[in-house]
Amino acid sequence: MNLLDMFKRRSSAPVARERLQVLLAYERRNRSQPDLVSILREEIMAVIAKHVQIDQDYLQVSMDRGETMSTLEIDIQIPNKSAVPLAMAG
Amino acid sequence: MGKVVVVTSGKGGVGKTTSTAALGAAVAKTGKKVALVDFDVGLRNLDLIMGAERRVVFDLVNVIQGQAKLSQALIRDKRVETLFLLPASQTRDKDALTEEGVGEVIDKLRSVFDYVFCDSPAGIERGAQLAMRFADEAVIVTNPEVSSVRDSDRIIGLLDARTLRAEQGEQIAKHVLVTRYDAARASRGEMLSIDDVLEILSVPLLGIIPESQDVLRASNLGSPVTLSEPLNSAAKAYIDAARRLEGEELPVIVPFERKGFLDRLLGRRAA
Repeated sequence: MNLLDMFKRRSSAPVARERLQVLLAYERRNRSQPDLVSILREEIMAVIAKHVQIDQDYLQVSMDRGETMSTLEIDIQIPNKSAVPLAMAG
Repeated sequence: MGKVVVVTSGKGGVGKTTSTAALGAAVAKTGKKVALVDFDVGLRNLDLIMGAERRVVFDLVNVIQGQAKLSQALIRDKRVETLFLLPASQTRDKDALTEEGVGEVIDKLRSVFDYVFCDSPAGIERGAQLAMRFADEAVIVTNPEVSSVRDSDRIIGLLDARTLRAEQGEQIAKHVLVTRYDAARASRGEMLSIDDVLEILSVPLLGIIPESQDVLRASNLGSPVTLSEPLNSAAKAYIDAARRLEGEELPVIVPFERKGFLDRLLGRRAA
């Protein structure tokens, strides 16, 4: 089997094929839900904007996809200066 | 009404411009009226590959912005009467192209030419999306290599979602053109095989262009390889691909693979 093993190790194309198949299956799945993170980001931003004025940059939305569960991380920074609720400011 | 074909890939450097020139010239040689449109605003190169770089006066952006008529910007090829080039501009302004403007130009070209080939810029951004926007068919140029195949898959996703045809619920005909194929390396299992690429992308094959010095030489000379050296293997592969694009049923021959006894024995089972 030594000779066979040597030949097996040489060909990297099967590894490439397998890696691509796994990766693309994953990427295609995610493609069907058109950029969930940016939709969430937009809607969260809209909700916040109703009450507090913040800059786009102060809202971070990220999705960490796991095998069985995914984590959605939302980080909103409200600078003290503009933290005054609009209702009160008005 | 002519057919609009986008030549795209996602990844850069796989041979979009070379393939646009070679396919377009091959189709034009059969007597069809062909326009080649360079969408790579800021980094135009189709003019250079076509050997028309010193004849560019007006470009696509000039036409869209109304500074020139379409007929003034189109450059007629000196070798093939029915072949025309609409160059991209060198402007750095990415927003120089508008969807409405591009749509109008494509409509006009479609009414005059049998084929309009849109040479897409690399990437998946605005420029690439505008190049494919009005296409009826797409040629996806792919190298048998992981990053190119992955990017092609992204582009296929965009073709099925962002083109006008897709949005209207119609199909956009897609074809894979494998370029820079090295038969020897593929037979040694060092390069993804044609079967691998097709299985992964599940898009029909338009042709296989072997890696060839002649293609580089043709670029150096400013002539599509299908015009300068129509008898060499890469040119023949492009000419066959062009015939398939026109609807001819022509079997694709995978470039000869010199297989040793052991390679045969192991074959794909080596996986």
